This record gives sequence, C-alpha cells and structure tokens, in this order.
Amino acid sequence: MDLILKVWRQKDSKAKGKIETYQISGISEHSSFLEMMDVLNDKLIEDGKEPVAFDHDCREGICGMCSMYINGQAHGPSRGTTTCQLHMRSFDDGDTIYIEPWRSKSLPVIKDLVVDRSAFDRIQQAGGFISVNTSGNTQDANAIPIPKDDADKAFDAAACIGCAACVATCKNSSAMLFVAAKVSQYSYLPQGEVEAKDRVVNMVEQMDKEGFGNCTNTGACEVECPKGISLEYIARMNREYVKATLVKEK
Amino acid sequence: MMLDSKVPSGPIADKWTKHKNTINVVGPANKRNIDIIVVGTGLAGGSASASLAEMGYNVKAFCYQDSPRRAHSIAAQGGINAAKNYQNDGDSIYRLFYDTVKGGDYRAREANVYRLAEVSVNIIDQCVAQGVPFARDYGGLLDNRSFGGVLVSRTFYARGQTGQQLLLGAYSAMNRQIAKGKIKMYNRHEMVELVKVDGKARGIISRNLVTGEIERHSAHAVVIASGGYGNVFFLSTNAMGSNVTASWKIHKNGAFFANPCYTQIHPTCVPRSGEHQSKLTLMSESLRNDGRIWVPKNQEDAELVRQKKLKPTDISEEDRDYYLERRYPAFGNLVPRDVASRAAKERCDAGFGVNSTGEAVYLDFSSAIERYGKEKALILGISNPSSQKIIELGEAVVSQKYGNLFQMYEQIVAENPYQTPMMIYPAVHYTMGGVWVDYNLMTTIPGCYCIGEANFSDHGANRLGASALMQGLADGYFVLPYTIGDYLSHDIRTGPISTDSKEFSKAEERVKETLDKMLNIKGEKTVDYFHKKLGKIMWEYAGMARNKEGLDYAIQEIKNIRKEFWTNVKIPGSQNEMNKELEKAGRVADFLELGELFAKDALERTESAGGHFREESQTPEGEALRNDTDFAFTSAWEYIGEPSDAILHKEHLEFNDIELKQRSYK
Repeated sequence: MDLILKVWRQKDSKAKGKIETYQISGISEHSSFLEMMDVLNDKLIEDGKEPVAFDHDCREGICGMCSMYINGQAHGPSRGTTTCQLHMRSFDDGDTIYIEPWRSKSLPVIKDLVVDRSAFDRIQQAGGFISVNTSGNTQDANAIPIPKDDADKAFDAAACIGCAACVATCKNSSAMLFVAAKVSQYSYLPQGEVEAKDRVVNMVEQMDKEGFGNCTNTGACEVECPKGISLEYIARMNREYVKATLVKEK
Repeated sequence: MMLDSKVPSGPIADKWTKHKNTINVVGPANKRNIDIIVVGTGLAGGSASASLAEMGYNVKAFCYQDSPRRAHSIAAQGGINAAKNYQNDGDSIYRLFYDTVKGGDYRAREANVYRLAEVSVNIIDQCVAQGVPFARDYGGLLDNRSFGGVLVSRTFYARGQTGQQLLLGAYSAMNRQIAKGKIKMYNRHEMVELVKVDGKARGIISRNLVTGEIERHSAHAVVIASGGYGNVFFLSTNAMGSNVTASWKIHKNGAFFANPCYTQIHPTCVPRSGEHQSKLTLMSESLRNDGRIWVPKNQEDAELVRQKKLKPTDISEEDRDYYLERRYPAFGNLVPRDVASRAAKERCDAGFGVNSTGEAVYLDFSSAIERYGKEKALILGISNPSSQKIIELGEAVVSQKYGNLFQMYEQIVAENPYQTPMMIYPAVHYTMGGVWVDYNLMTTIPGCYCIGEANFSDHGANRLGASALMQGLADGYFVLPYTIGDYLSHDIRTGPISTDSKEFSKAEERVKETLDKMLNIKGEKTVDYFHKKLGKIMWEYAGMARNKEGLDYAIQEIKNIRKEFWTNVKIPGSQNEMNKELEKAGRVADFLELGELFAKDALERTESAGGHFREESQTPEGEALRNDTDFAFTSAWEYIGEPSDAILHKEHLEFNDIELKQRSYK
C-alpha cells in the first residue's frame, strides 16, 4: 500500500504544533497501524529527520497506552479497537490519513502524538479504591456470594483501559465514562458499598477540578470506547451521586 | 563468594511461619523514617509498593509508562492459581507445590515453591476484598478452570483479562497510598543505574523520559520489579518497552544472574505474518481447556492448506492428527507449555504446518461448541435440537468464556475462529531465569531485592500456566513486605541517605557518559536494526531447541552485533528531551550483553530441562532428558566484564519433599 500521512508534529508542550505531510510506500495490509508508524519512523531516521513520538506499549489492546486520533476518530475507523490493534487492511491503497493526538485542555500534548493523562491517575487517587489493607487476613473469598449478573456487570465496567478515547471524542471533553466505569464497578460489589458515597463524590469533584467537561448524553464515548463501556454506567454514576448528595447523613 | 539461600530449617510446611516469627521487624515509629525504592509497577512492584506503604514505609515507585496501570502484567489473560480446593477435586497446598516443582522440571528451590503455594490462598481473599471481579457461577461463588500441567481446577479468572483486573486491584491499592502521600509515584521515569554506598544498595539514578533529566534518588533499600527479558528475542509477547535494563544494571553492580537460558516459549500465540511484525500476541492457554490442537495427518493435505487450496473444515476427522492427544493421552491438550511448544515445532519441522509460512498448527473449538451446545439445549429443555441450534447455543457458551480472545484473534488475523479453527504457533513469552535471590528475595547485593518475573526463584526451568500472577502478587503482597523488615531493622538509626555523596556523583557521571557516547556514534543503522538482528540469532540458536555448535556461533555473533552497535548506531535527537529512540537504544545495549550470557548459560547446561532443550540430551521418544547427577543446581552468574566471561556459582538443589523423577505427562 502507498499512503499519504498528515501527522501532527509538536516539539514539546510549549511549542506550537503543525501538520506535516509524509509519503510512505510498500506497507503490508497485514501490518498494524503502529507497525506502519514504525516503518515511517525508520524512514524518517534514515533521512536524518526526527521520528514521530507516540505512546504505545503492549500492542495487544489492553494497556491503554496508545492514543491516536485517526481521520477524526479516536483509535481510527474500527469499532471496539485500540490503535495498536487497528490493521492497515482497514484502509485503501492511496489513502490520505490524518494522525493527531488526543485533544483536550485536560490532556495536554507532551510531544507530537504523546499526551499527558495524569489527570486520570489523580481521579483514581481521589477514591478509585476499596480501603482494605493488603494483609491477606481478610475473610474467605467465598464468604460473600455475589450474584453472577452483578459480578459480570462489575467486570464489564472494570474492563476500562484508561486510554482516554472517551475524552478525546467528546465535544465537551468529558471524562464521565471513565469515572463512571470505576464508580459502577465498585457499586455492583458488596465490598465497594462501604465507601460508595465518599467515592463518587470525591471522584466527581476531582474530575471537575481537572477541567473535564460535563456529559450531555451524546454517546460518542460509548461508540469510540475500545472496550465497549456502556453509557448506562454514566446513568448509574449519576444515580450514585444523587444518592450520596441528596441526603446528608453526617 | 558462597551462595547462601538462607532457607530456614525445619519441616517444609513450617518454614515460612517459623521464619516470619523469628526475623526482626521494624517498629511503626521507625518505619516512617525509612525509604524504599521500587522499580516497576506490575503485579509484583505494584503490590509491593502498596503493601510497604500501608506498613508505614516511605515508598518511591518508578515506571517507564505514563501510569502504573500500564505495566505489562495487564496483558496476562488466563488466570491465577490458588490452592483453595473450592472444586473439591483433591487440591491442596502440597499438590500445588508438587505440580509447580514438577512443572518446573525439578529445577526450582523447594522451600520457595512451598511458600508460594502456601500464600496463594491469601491472594484470592485479598483480591476479592479489593473488588477484583473474578468469574462466578450462578450460585454466586467463585468459578475455576484448569490449566496445563495439572489435573485439578484451581485457576481463578476474570474472563480473558485476569491480569488486567489483578493489576488494577494493585493499582487501586497504590492509589490509596499515593493519595496519602505514602507512595511518591514517578511516572515516565526509567532506572538507568544502581547506587551502592559501603557495598549496600542505597539508591538509583533515573532518567526523566519527558525532560531527559538525569535524577538521583536515595533510599534504604531498592526493590527491582521490572519484569522479564523476553524481548531479547525482539519478537515476543512482551510489551514493546519491556526490558532487562534494571536487572542488568544491578547484575553489573554485583547481583548474580540466575539461569538466564530458562525461557518459556508459549505454545498458543498468533503466528507471524511477515517481516514488518513488531510483536507477537498470545492467546491464553485457557483456550486449551476447550480447543483441540491438530495438524493434517497427510503431508499432501498440509501442502494444499498452505496454498489455500484446501480448508481445514474440509479435512475429515480421520485425516486429522490430534498429536497432543496421541502422544500424551493422560494430559492431552493440557500438557505443560514447554511440551506443547516442542510438539508443535516437531510437527511443523516435519512438514505438517498449516499457514503460508509453514509455522502454525490448528486450535479447534468445533467439538467444544457442539458439546456445550448439547449441554445447554438440555438445560433449556429443548428436545431434538437442530445441529444449527446446537452450534448457536454452543457458540454463546464459548463466547462467554473466551469472547475477548476470539475477538482479538479476529482483529489480527481477519478470520472468524468460531467458524474456522484458529492458527497458533509458539512464541517467546516469559523468562523463568532472572536475578538470583535468597529465601528473603534479596539479591547478592545487600539491601537490593528482586521480585516477580525479574527474579529467578519459583518456576524452575518451566513455568506452569496461571503461576506468574500468583508469584508476582505473592512476592509483593505477602513475602517481601515481611522479609525486607529483617534487613531494614539494622537501618533504624541510619537517617536519611544523602544524594550528595561521591557514589551518587560517580553513578550519575557513568550514566551521562554512556548516553553521550551513544548519541555521538551517529552511525548508519537504526536501533531496531540491531534489535531485530539480535532477535533472529536468539530465536534461531537459543530458541526452542539448542545445540553446542549453534550456541558457540550465537555467542560469537552477538559479540559482533554488539561491536557493530557501538560503532554504527544512529540515534536522532538529543539527551534533554523526550527521545524514544534513545530510550530504546539503552535497552537494546543491555539486551546485547544479556543475550551473550544467555547463550553461555545454555551452552554450559548440557542437559535438557523444561524450556531449555538441548538436542544432545533427549529420550528416544524425543522428550527432554534431564541429568540430575551433574545439573541439579541453579546457575548463578557473576559479572566480571565480558558477559561470557562471567563466573559460574552453583546453588545445589535438594529435593527432600518431592522425589526427583523423569517428568511424564503420558
């Protein structure tokens, strides 16, 4: 395949970026999108130019590190797929492909296609955990039966990989799908109930502090989420939030 | 120097309890004044950081990724073992211990393995309490499945994403401590040197991967939890950034490196598709619970399949060779990984491989789909279901169990594995070898510990499925937090460690010199060029089958590649910025040294054991043949200069609780 690539280049967080055009040829349709980027970078290095910086690690769709906005879509054209699992067979010979970083005030660009997602970590630190020490002296794992449906729903929510495609694709730069996934996971489990109120309030507060926008139920996040996290979890988080704030017990 | 494993005396079942009761502990008020560095935030590093912080130590944790949640433990699919015996199938701590030692082909340290089996039960309790959503049955209790090399169902799982869920559990425990200020997290930082003061590990030099800044960090102890070195093969199931650098730096500072040649080649990976390939993808071994592995019985059929003139579904039952079921009737498709991998290679080498490269075998779910479909029809009360209905019901069950794996396969290969058998081939997956540690998980450098895949301790010459997650969390949650106290109890009066000492200055200088040197070569070839070249040599001569001639050649060739790297590598950009090529170059430079030691270790061990198969040492049926008289030891290598000049130290392995015998899965 021969392709024309329009890639966002930005030296560092302070520099002004711009789109550069590169031509690339001889790409196998079986190669992944990132392997195509490897070929581009090899060529750039050989030509004495700076390779394109991009985040990636596991290349099997689970670490959540890769993050490219491809032809105006988070993780490119395929549904339920991270950039690393997108294959070139999704494109046609001769295509022009635009490659940009996630764009959100809360996810500033570090270099080229690399963005800073530490806001996500800080939201998790505000309450994305169950306060149990790792002593190993907890009760037996089977002491509390959990209905299979609840366990499955908790798992579906927990499948979030924290890639931030939801934010990138949202017109409001909202992180609510990400936050809702964690809140919902614990809300389905008896172990999470104890701190449910504080958790949702604190995580939402941190989310707002980071400057993420609000949800207006457009649903783009659900469509672009590589793990298919459902919009219903946002509704569930809203319910948890109302439960936590309507009645002040303290 | 004499290797002292520090295994406590007494009966094996009492060793760990007795040890915990008798070692020194640090009081709560003193823990506040002690700093610990943890490098790596996977299951081992993440769980250790959280536990140490909960106990009251000040932890500084480092990872090269943008968040601790991205560590490659996240990619583990199948499950985690624990001797809970929830299935009432006769499992016990002893049986898990026995299976692990046998699975490791009798090359692991008994006492460590027993302790691992002992604490395995706590891990499950702990993770459930943390909110890890393990799979459950309709009664609401935890579900189990079976894995290779065992005859019980002791594997707990969360669909095909068990590693992800366990890692997010450890990450959440870390977050709680980060919020409290007990863990200081350094994302996008890479450890590039160890600092020793008076012979003790007292800190590290790290590179900030965003700014390029070289930083000094001090502590009273340093814990390395940076994972395995499978990427020495270039193509592996490891993450792109997985590396040996932290382990190799401590090795060059005096930590012995044990059994580097023990590598696990995992049997169920998506086959290579071409030269552009950057990594290989694993399909969980749990698939072998329900998938049957086969190749065509006739070479002509195999040839037609390779040319795409014949479909696998058109090959009749009697023309298929279910070679694992044929060779190993007792364990069938669930033989251990090393056995399954070699059997696949044997068939493909003999000309029965099934994709265009000739390097693939089938993993077929059609009989499982039929079996589950019939079962489900019975449950639903459907009498005389049509075969289409059976398939529909069966596919739903299979999808419940392995849905994400099937989806992943389809994304990569663009074939529907419900309709046509998957193609698989072995790939480098895990390294059993690693930094030598004693029973306390301390390396041969005082105050420097090594946990998880980075150390060598529990899996011998072959790791059983679902045991890596178990070991990572056991080391991090339940072993290291106790044993490190024994060492640190001598440090309660030390006070803060200064980073202004000459030791820190010298270490920093060494780092800067190396970086400058690399950047100034300004040669012709990219870093990947050297990495791929190294990988090919490793796969060809130190992969699934090894012999003297090949290994001699590999050692020489790796020296040549290393020499070429240091005179002809081309790294664009500068030191003081985000420079991904420079990061890669540092890691490849270390792989180019480790690879040589790896081949040396494989050369010296003239027996076959587990994942290490020496062609010169096999039974008449082609199974791995151990030599217990001469090789019942762990090889621990001491660095003195050229990697292959390393000095061999032997830790003799004693088997008091398990009888040493030829491994059989027939």
